[in-house]
Parts: sequence; C-alpha cells; structure tokens
Amino acid sequence: MSKQMKKPPMKKGVLARVFKLLLESYPVLLPVTALCIICSAIVSAIPSIFTKNVLEVITEFVGSGSTDYAAAAEKIVPMILLLIALYVTALILITTYQQLMAFITQGFLSKLRRKMFDGMQNLPVKYFDTHKHGDIMSHYTNDIDTLRQLVSQSMPTFLNSGVIVLTVLCIMLYYSVWMTLVVLAGVCFMIFVSKKAGGGSAKFFVRQQKSLGAAEGYVQEMMNGQKVVKVFCHEDKSREGFDKINDQLYEDSYRAHAYANMLGPIIMNIGNILYVICATVGGLFLLFDAPNLSISGEVFSIAIIVPFLNMTKQFTGNVNQLSQQINSIAMAMAGAGRIFELMDQEPEADEGYVTLVHAKYDKDGNIEETADRTGMWAWKHPHGDGTLTYTPLKGDVRLTEVDFEYEEGKPVLHNVSVYAEPGQKVAFVGATGAGKTTITNLINRFYDIADGKIRYDGININKIKKFDLRRSLGIVLQDTNLFTGSVMDNIRYGRLDATDNECIAAAKLVGADDFITRLPHGYETELANNGANLSQGQRQLIAIARAAVADPPVMIMDEATSSIDTRTEAIVQRGMDRLMEGRTVFVIAHRLSTVKNSDVIMVLDHGVIIERGSHDALIAEKGTYYQLYTGAFELE
Amino acid sequence: MFKRLAACVREFKLPTLLTFIFIVGEAIIETFIPFITSQLVNNIEAGAELGTILKTGGLLIIMALLSLCCGGVAAVTCAKASAGFARNLRHDIYDRIQDFSFENIDRFSATSLVTRMTTDVANTQMSFMMIIRTAIRAPLMLIFSIVAAYVMGGALATSFVVIIPVLACGLFMVSRKAMPAFRRVFKKYDRLNESIEENVRGMRVVKGFSREEYEKQKFGAASDDICGDFTKAERIVALNSPIMQFCIYFNMIFVMLVGSKLAIESGGTTINVGEISAMLTYGVQILAQLMMLSMIYVMITMSGESMKRIFEVLEEKPTLTNPENPVTTVVDGSVEFSDVSFKYSKKAKKNALFDIDLRIESGMTVGIIGGTGSSKSTLVQLIPRLYDATEGMVKVGGRDVREYDIETLRGEVAMVLQKNLLFSGTIAENLRWGNENATDEELVHACKLAQAHDFVESFPDGYNTHIEQGGTNVSGGQKQRLCIARALLKKPKILILDDSTSAVDTKTDALIRQGFKEYIPETTKIIIAQRISSVMDADMIIVMDNGQISAVGKHDDLMEKSEIYREVYEQQTHGGEDNE
Repeated sequence: MSKQMKKPPMKKGVLARVFKLLLESYPVLLPVTALCIICSAIVSAIPSIFTKNVLEVITEFVGSGSTDYAAAAEKIVPMILLLIALYVTALILITTYQQLMAFITQGFLSKLRRKMFDGMQNLPVKYFDTHKHGDIMSHYTNDIDTLRQLVSQSMPTFLNSGVIVLTVLCIMLYYSVWMTLVVLAGVCFMIFVSKKAGGGSAKFFVRQQKSLGAAEGYVQEMMNGQKVVKVFCHEDKSREGFDKINDQLYEDSYRAHAYANMLGPIIMNIGNILYVICATVGGLFLLFDAPNLSISGEVFSIAIIVPFLNMTKQFTGNVNQLSQQINSIAMAMAGAGRIFELMDQEPEADEGYVTLVHAKYDKDGNIEETADRTGMWAWKHPHGDGTLTYTPLKGDVRLTEVDFEYEEGKPVLHNVSVYAEPGQKVAFVGATGAGKTTITNLINRFYDIADGKIRYDGININKIKKFDLRRSLGIVLQDTNLFTGSVMDNIRYGRLDATDNECIAAAKLVGADDFITRLPHGYETELANNGANLSQGQRQLIAIARAAVADPPVMIMDEATSSIDTRTEAIVQRGMDRLMEGRTVFVIAHRLSTVKNSDVIMVLDHGVIIERGSHDALIAEKGTYYQLYTGAFELE
Repeated sequence: MFKRLAACVREFKLPTLLTFIFIVGEAIIETFIPFITSQLVNNIEAGAELGTILKTGGLLIIMALLSLCCGGVAAVTCAKASAGFARNLRHDIYDRIQDFSFENIDRFSATSLVTRMTTDVANTQMSFMMIIRTAIRAPLMLIFSIVAAYVMGGALATSFVVIIPVLACGLFMVSRKAMPAFRRVFKKYDRLNESIEENVRGMRVVKGFSREEYEKQKFGAASDDICGDFTKAERIVALNSPIMQFCIYFNMIFVMLVGSKLAIESGGTTINVGEISAMLTYGVQILAQLMMLSMIYVMITMSGESMKRIFEVLEEKPTLTNPENPVTTVVDGSVEFSDVSFKYSKKAKKNALFDIDLRIESGMTVGIIGGTGSSKSTLVQLIPRLYDATEGMVKVGGRDVREYDIETLRGEVAMVLQKNLLFSGTIAENLRWGNENATDEELVHACKLAQAHDFVESFPDGYNTHIEQGGTNVSGGQKQRLCIARALLKKPKILILDDSTSAVDTKTDALIRQGFKEYIPETTKIIIAQRISSVMDADMIIVMDNGQISAVGKHDDLMEKSEIYREVYEQQTHGGEDNE
C-alpha cells in the first residue's frame, strides 16, 4: 500500500466509499431497497393530485348548488378507489423497505466491524503502542454509531425526501412556474437560515465536546486518586476544581442546545409565512388575471391554488427533513473517515517462508515431516531451487550486532550481541528505558531490527513466518492480560488443542494449581475484566501456566514474577525452575534474586550491554551489577 | 427515584416553568393555524377581495411570528433548564463521591463513576429535554387538535375514534416488544465492545501466541450473533412507520369520502372545502403527536437504566460520618489497637484482621513486614479511620478514633498510600496538597527530608515542573519520594509509609529514615516494607501473617523467634544461593 493511503481520505471520497462498501455487501438488496424507497416516495407525492381533483368536484357541485351526491360519487368514488390502491402499494413498499433497511443496516455494520477487527489483528504491535486504546475503541463504538445513523436513517430519508421534493417540484411546475419560483425563493431563505443556526450550534457542540473531554479527564484523575484525596482531606478543593469545569460544560451545552432547538420553530414558521405569501400571491394573480406560465398550460384558477398551497407545505416539510440530516451526515463522514483510516493501516508485513512442522526421524536418521504431533518440531526451509531442508527446532537464538530505534534519531539499542544456546538462561538487568524489553520485542519480531542479525537455530528470523516464529516462543509479559472465560480457557490459550489434563499439568508445573483449586469453581471459575477477581500475583501465575502449556523451546519472561511477593516466589521458584529446564529462557527481572541463577546476566545501560557474565563473575567484578545488587542504584 | 433526580432542577425551576408555558403557547397557536389557513383557502375560493385575503394572511403571519417567538424562547429556556439540570446532577454526584469513605470507593470502580458522570448524565439530560418539551405539549396538542377537529368537522372527526386506538395500541405493542429486545442487545453489545478492548489491551499476548485467526473467528461469531439479535429488534421497531402511515392514509380516505358526501349533500353548509382540507391537516397533526408520545415512552424507559445508575450513587450512604461534638485536637502520636478485628464487607466470610492488640508509643519508629495478603495495609488504614474496625477499638492519642473530627484526625495522621498518585499540575502544587499555605522554604525542607530536593532542582523548571496525569513523567522512585514530601508537609503526629520506598534505592532509603530520626523525632513513624533493610533498625517490628500479628520485637529478637522473619531475611541477604 502506498504512503498516500495513510492520509485521511478526502471527504467526498469517504461517502462514496461507504456507499461502495454497502453496495458490495448487498449488491441486490440495496438497489431493491432504493427502488422501494423511490417508488414509495413517488406514490406518496401523487395523492395530492387526487386530493385536488376530489376537492374540485366538491367545489363544482357545491358551487352549482347541486346536492345530488350520487352524481358526484360517480366521479369521486373511482378516484378514491385509485387512491386506495396507491396507498396500499405505498404501505407495502414502506413496510418492505423498512424491514430491508433494518436487515441491511445491521448486516452492514456487522460486516464492517468484522472487517475492522480482522484488519486490526494483522496490524503490527507498533500500531497499538502508538495509539491510545481509548481511541482505537472509539472506532468500534462512536464511529460505528455514526454510520448506523447514516445508513439506517439519513440515507433513506435523504432519498425519500429528495424524491418527494423533486416530484412535488415537477407537479408544481406543471401547474405554475411563477408560483413555484415564489416557493423556491422561500426555500432558499429557509436553507440560508438553517445554515446560520446550524453553524452556531455546530460551533458550540464542538466546544461542548471539548469541555466534556475536560470534565471526563478531571473526573477520571480524581476518581483514580480518590483515596489520596481522602487521606489529605482534599475534598473541598477537588469540589471547587470540578465546579469550575462543570460550569464551563454547562455554558457550552446550553448554547449548543439553544441553537439546535431554535432551528425547528424557525423552519416551521418560515414554512407558515411562505404559505401565506403563496396564498397572497396566488390571490393577486387571480385578481389581476395574471398570465400563467406552466407545463400544463392551464390557466390560473382556484383549483390550482388550493393544491398548490398543500404542496408548499409538503415541499417545505421535506426540505426541513433534508436539512436535519445534514448534521448526521457530516458526523458520519467524520466517523467513516476515522474507520477507513484504521482499515487502511498497513498490515504487519510477513515475507517469511520458513515454517514450523511436526517432524520425526526416518530409518536413515533423516528428518521427515509428519502430520501427527510427535513432540519434535523442525523448520521447513524451501530453497530457491525447489529443494527442501529440515532443521530441527532446538532453541538456539543469536543476536549479532543489533541496532534498533523506535523513533528515528533516538537509538534504543546499539551493537547488542547475545548468544543463547539451547537450554541456557539469559538474564537482562538495567534501569527502566535501558532497552531490556526491547530486546525481547525484537526476537519475536514485534518490531524489526534496524541493523544486525538475529538467527534462530541458524536461520535468519526474517525468513521465518511470523506465525511460526511466535509459536516457537513462549512469552510471559510484565502486564498480565487474561481474557474473559474460565481459568481453563485462559490456560488453553497457549495451545488450543491441549486437553484439560495437559492444562492442569501445566498449572501444577508452575505452582498455580494450588490456588486455582481453591477458587470457588476451580478451573471452571469464570474470569472477567482481565481477571479482576484475582490478585496480581495469581494472574501472573495463570499467565505462566498459559506459556507452559504451549511448551515452546524458547521462553521470554518479562518481569513475569514481579507481583508475586518474595515468599510466594520462593514457593513457585521450584516450579519455575522445572519449567525453564531444557529451554532457552530470556529473563527480565526487577528483583535480582530472580536472575541470580542465570547462566549469563547482561547489564544494559542506555541500549548498550555494559557488563556480561554469571552472577559470581559480575559480583567479583564489582561493577554496575555489584552496585545494583547491593542496592546502591535505583532500578526503576 | 424520579423525585430524587427531579430535586436536582433547583435554580432552573424558572426556565423549566417558562419552557412549559411557552411550549403550551406555541401549541395553542399551532392548533389555530390550520383554522386560519382554511379560512384563507375559503377566502380565495370565494373570490374574496384582496383586502380580506391580505387581512387573513396578515393574521396568519402574526400568528406565525408569535409561534416563532414562543418556540424561540422555549428553545432557549429549555436548553438552559436541561443543561442546568445536567450540571446539577454532575455536581451532586461529584459532591456525594467526595463524601465517600474508602469502603464506598471500593464499591464503585473509577471507570463506572466516570461513565455515570458523563454518558449517563447526558442520557438523562436528553430525556429531561424531551420531557419538558413534549410531555405537556404532545398530549395538549392532541386534545386541542381533537377538540378543534370535532368543532370543525363534526361527524368527520369520528375517523379519529377509529384511528387513535389502533395507532396507540400498535405503537405501544411495538415499543413494548422492542424494548426488552433492545435492552438484551445492548448488553450483548457492551460485552462485545469489552471483548474488543480486551483484545486491544492483550494484543501482545494474541500476537505472541499467534492467535490472530482464533481471535478473528471468536469475534466473527460474536458479531454475527449480535447482528442477528439487533436485526430482530430493529425489525420490530421498523413496523412503527407503516402503522403510522396506515392511519394517515385511512384518515385521508375517510375524510374525503365522507367529507365529500356531507359537503355536497348539505350544499357546503355542514362542511366546506376549506374545512375538509383543514381536517386532513389535523389528522396528520394528531397522529404525529401520538407518535411523539410513543417516542417519549421509549426514550424514558431507555434512559431509565442511566437514571438508575445515577440514583445509585446519589443514594449511596457514606459509611463514615463525623461524630457529634467531635474532638478537634490530637494529644500525641500514640496508637493503640485493642481486640481489633476487621472485615471489608459484612458479607465477607473471612476477617481481614483479627485479634489485633498493639500499643505504639508516641515518637516510635515501627516497621511492619509480611507477605502479600497478610493485611499489613489494612492494619494501618484503620489508624486515620479510613475504615472503621468491625470489632474492638483503635485509639490515637489515647482516644477512640471515632471520637475525632475526621479532618483533624487525618491532618495529624499522614499516610503515604501504597498506590500513591501525583496529580496533574506543578510539583509545588502537588506538594501543597499537604499544606496549602506552605512557604517555599517549607517545601524545600520537606523535599530535603524526603531526599527529593536534589532531583527536583535538577529539572529545568525545578519546583514548577509540570507533572503529567498520574505522575508518568517522573520515575517510580522519584514519585515515591515526592509523595513522602507531600505527607511530611502536613507536619503530622503520625506518619505512615505503606510500602512507599520500594522503588527507592537502599542508600536513599536509609537517608530518608536517617532524616526522620533527626528532624521529626516526636512523630510516630510506621513503615510497611518488603525490604528487611527498611525496617531492620526500627524500635519495633511487627510481622504480619494472614491477618494476624505473628510476632513483635526488635530485629535481633525476631531473628531468633520468628521463622517468617528469618526466612525473609535469609532470602533477601543470601537467598537463592542454594539454587546454584
């Protein structure tokens, strides 16, 4: 995708794109619905002609003094029967399109949501690191809502009112061009006024949104710090602060709504005045026998003025309807623009072609691919000449002279080389921002290195399919994220085809079984809100069990035990040791007791490895590690 | 519930009342307008003089202008009343929350309170606006129109007798069926959004385990499920408009059919052409009002949830209140626990603390140590009366904490919370939370004591450095030291540090304690810590285990008699060596 796509698309393009998507989703139903709407609009515009004709007949009879209803009925009844037929048709059309519309709107929104979500799954981690989660969420809530409004209401109303306006306009022209011009002039004035008032309300709605944001921010901060407020008896101050913001919000909200509320009465009464003007002009024409200009060529008569006045009402009413949709269309355009921005994000590139397969040794000791789970894995490496080689998965990870920067000009890692042989435990220590987590981000390719090489079992990780690369790495992260579902589901997330027993075994291995069985429903306890009902330490244990069930040859533990207190940690330590046995493990830990028994410890400072060696060697060296260990440096 | 919420209208009663009055005025004029219009049509028809036409037209224009005035004024007063109502609601909620005790705070999550103050209030505001604009107007218009229709149309108006019940029934049935469906769908929809949030938050886990496809499937199924339910609910609502149209059409045909008969047979005396067309207008008007009423009904029930959630906060009784005739001085910094047990809620089976007996002399330095969940924090939170003991008594300065004025007590008992926070604003502003009137010298002194002065000075803006929300632009250790300085500014008799130096290096930690000893020797210092070194030299060390005091003593005693203490000590000094 080109760079240009990243720019928010042009406003016009947005609407067209929504329309295109809609049409793609419902290539048959959408035109059918549109047709229904158009037909029903025309059908509902026509009756005014019949009304006029019926009234004409009545006038004629009353005027002539005849009270013979039977004679009149001969003329009136057929017209009314036709009218009934029209109405029935209209009703059928309306019901159909309304039902279709409900169907299309929801179906479209669901498809759009899925498209967004699917696209989002393929975005690089960088996107999530650089966008606020609240902003991403608002695509699914606020922005989708504006589209719901657009599709289910604005589009049909626009079509419907638009067609009625056109039809009525034609009929009006059919009767009298002069009178039509009068009406049009009035409508222009109407549009002008509503634009003015609408602009005012839009301005204050924007302000209202802004002060609402300010209020939300303030409340959010204070609610989070409410306990601090209490401890310092700061309640009155905090009230004062809020009142100020609250008053501003009130002012803006009041102005915004005042303008918006005013629009209705203004438009309606301009309609009323227009009605009078039409009547007067009509009366004048009649009085002075003004020459009529019309398509029908009819001369000016009462029979024209009366229906014309009704049409004026219909016309202005629908223009009003149209003008009311403008706001929601503008909002939908903004919403759709943001949605497309998300959908147009460049997905995570994956040019890898080396895959991970189940393997076994054949009679000759060669590696062979198999469909069954054998416990043995191999990298399947297709070469340019069409041959295939299989490399057994061992867990040998080497970083050679790696450079990396998140933002241009701000290097985070410089010339970092780390060799981790299968089964080794490599630890990273260093201050916050020293680049510890960054190294692990590079191994699983959440980010790509700027310079240098990373090899996994001798294969450049850029050649490995990301899906398979990550499958071969188990990660336990600093911020534990659990999903809604049972404890068992959460552990199984590590390997979807793991049996219950395998999950329980993994939990036992890492020392989580103990507390899980004591939960109200054991492994079937439902977790919600990221496991809010568990302690931070318990959540970390589940996350470790989740990684354990995946049984990967390489594990990355980023502050995995930071929230388990030292006593509990000592208890789970044995399980952790068992888990790490025979695996290549990268450990990042705040607490130095956790990393002490590593094969090699890397001390990072500002992206550079300044010391490396075993615990004893580093202590003997009396360098930075020694200072850290004796507590002379702050770690955070 | 409605009564409590309505009480928040307060100073906006006048605009509310004015809205009612002007809306009624507008409604009355609006009902008369078709009368005049029909007259105008009749005038033209009868070939009246231009003067008459102009007169009727002029009347109509005056009425339109009047209606415009009424409508305009009502628009403004209505906006004022509803925005003011919302302001008062927010004010009351916020006010109530400030009175919450820790126990109350624990019951509501911060996010849920924010939603209540924003989305829920906005929903209620919209409902309120809708109610004051239409709740009186719609029924009034309905009655006016029906009466007017009878007066003018006589027999013709009987069509309404048929239509109104049909329409009312139809609309009522639709909204009754649709509403529960919608409520169900919205709940599911909320859950769907929660799952998206979960996915976004856990993206590293999703990608780390290569679970993108799995997540897509899971989401797809959930989205389709909701789509089905949503469509069902929307389709019920979509019946509204055909029902409405049917009634309008029925009325048109009835009026024309019967009207023409009446007009012709009576030779235009019972009813004339103008009246027939006015009847058509009234028909539409009456039905529109009915539609309006059904919309209000839906709106109110829909925002009912929001109102309920606001009401919940307003009705939440603060669990801690000031005693009558409170004591306003604290004599000294001694603390005594006698037979104290505590549980967080009445329903909790397990006590968080039990059988606590403890006496701390004024000026002592006390260390508290113990594993997570051993209720160390709970213990100290009883001292400034953040919670009340369930049984037994906590005394400060020789008096039951429940006898003190809460503000006095908390002024003398400064506590640095485990989950400490700085607020957005400058460093100086944050420090002055401890003492509003603190001089710059006092700030510097407190910061020097907390070992914060040097790094604050190293910032380009010094004490005027702006702190981001949550204090994200200073390191954890710096934040902790600023929080200690903030507490010190209160010049308290008792200072409690709840794991407040965990991110501070051992050397600085020692300096802070040294400073306490030198400069605030009379203050009782209670220090909760994970690091043994932070409490080792205290006058008294309390070892907590599972809500009980497991051992009390000095370092040397405890090394001898407390297994837990020894274990932690060993682990922190030479721990892990046997693993190698």
